[in-house]
Amino acid sequence: MASLITCPHCGTRPKEEFSIRGAAAPKRPSPTAKDEAWHRYVYVRDNPKGRYQEYWHHVAGCRRFLVVERDNLTHEVFGVTDAAEFERAGAAE
Amino acid sequence: MRYSAYSIFKEALSGNRMWKPAWREPQPKPHYDVIIVGGGGHGLATAYYLAKEFGITNVAVLEKGYLGSGNVGRNTTIIRSNYLLEGNNPFYEFSLKLWEGLERDFNYNAMVSQRGMLNLFHSDGQRDAYARKGNGMRIHGVDAELLDREQVRRKAPYLNFDHARFPIMGALYQKRAGTVRHDAVAWGYGRGADARGVDLIQHCEVTGIRRENGLVTGVETTRGFIGCNKLALAAAGNTTTVGRMADLELPIETHVLQAFVSEGLKPVVDHVITYGAGHFYISQSDKGGLVFGAEIDFYSSYAQRGNLQTVEHTMEEGVSLIPGLSRAKVLRSWGGVMDMSMDGSPIIDRTPIDNLYLNCGWCYGGFKATPASGFCFAHLIAKNETHHVSRFMRLDRFERGYTIDEAGRGPQPNLH
Repeated sequence: MASLITCPHCGTRPKEEFSIRGAAAPKRPSPTAKDEAWHRYVYVRDNPKGRYQEYWHHVAGCRRFLVVERDNLTHEVFGVTDAAEFERAGAAE
Repeated sequence: MRYSAYSIFKEALSGNRMWKPAWREPQPKPHYDVIIVGGGGHGLATAYYLAKEFGITNVAVLEKGYLGSGNVGRNTTIIRSNYLLEGNNPFYEFSLKLWEGLERDFNYNAMVSQRGMLNLFHSDGQRDAYARKGNGMRIHGVDAELLDREQVRRKAPYLNFDHARFPIMGALYQKRAGTVRHDAVAWGYGRGADARGVDLIQHCEVTGIRRENGLVTGVETTRGFIGCNKLALAAAGNTTTVGRMADLELPIETHVLQAFVSEGLKPVVDHVITYGAGHFYISQSDKGGLVFGAEIDFYSSYAQRGNLQTVEHTMEEGVSLIPGLSRAKVLRSWGGVMDMSMDGSPIIDRTPIDNLYLNCGWCYGGFKATPASGFCFAHLIAKNETHHVSRFMRLDRFERGYTIDEAGRGPQPNLH
């Protein structure tokens, strides 16, 4: 049930050590982007059933923001990456 | 058949052989004036009020499971109207007034029990916030009383008044709040709708929404295509899944909320009590079980089951508030999936598609809203204009900057 999260910095840790920020898919628009882009970023969510990327903050560990990729129906965890690395990988695409 | 004390007496004399099923099990017709997706509390209430108040009876309610198998059968049964904001309070007060006359209205025993609700506060700041909320309620003509510590003690002596960290300083009390037998709400509305000609179609999952020239013409279902003039969505928890079939973009995230019930006990908790230092709420069912819950699990989830950490946290909060609770055994726990909206408030509105209507985003406060939600949604579907008490609950309010953020937590759905 997503009870154990393998932090890339701290190893496998219990869920209690993390706080959850929300969907990692929305990309922050540029400050000069149109209101429409900001509305979509702040309020609109894909909310898929199944594979899901979410920001988790390791508050009781390394205090890094992580991206946990998991299934929100079966609670299987596929992978955990540091949020900075996730952003860089996204930018490279 | 009308239910009454006389009918129970009469049926008992004839060996209870004459009772009829409370609703029919019809085959879907090829076409309806209105199709409602979702046979939960809100969908059934909508069908009931469409038929009763607005005279639209060529209606089908499509439910993928059995009637009331979603959140109307999974909540902690609390009704109240203690809201602060203009966008919320008149709506929830309208709902509470409908609850007060509901059983007589739909001729079904929903066990509406106005036992009063105590929202406990534990600091000076929290007292001021609750006093402000109470004043806001009274300005709207809703009952609210600020009780001091001794007044609370007289009502609920078993609470942990001298908690070292969160002593109880008093409570905001709404006398007309209470609980309702949740399943009976679905059954009562379903039966009332069915009696007026609405087809309740169970085990019929919507798999697609057919559109032509920008209008909905019907739905693809597991039982074939069904046509309609108007389509209304009331599919809490799965709103995004259904909405995607019509390319709706929604400010919704789906989360799981757990609830718990203890073994049956003698009457001990006479009110609904909420813990101001946590997010714990408790009442006692007429069967004797303590019904309680706390926060959502915080991560996105479509699973109707929750995480053990949240179970433990809920128990800790409960024992912190009511030490005696540590001696009770938990009988069952379960989870339901919620539409968590981006401001913690619901949406009852039209959509970019002219004949598609949307009812969603109830977060985990949808049960108390059931009558008003059904009434306002039926009003919207029948007249194409919003009911005045739900006029703030618009889909485009996020874009326009008119969010209804009762808790003041900003656009983070797992905090509402």
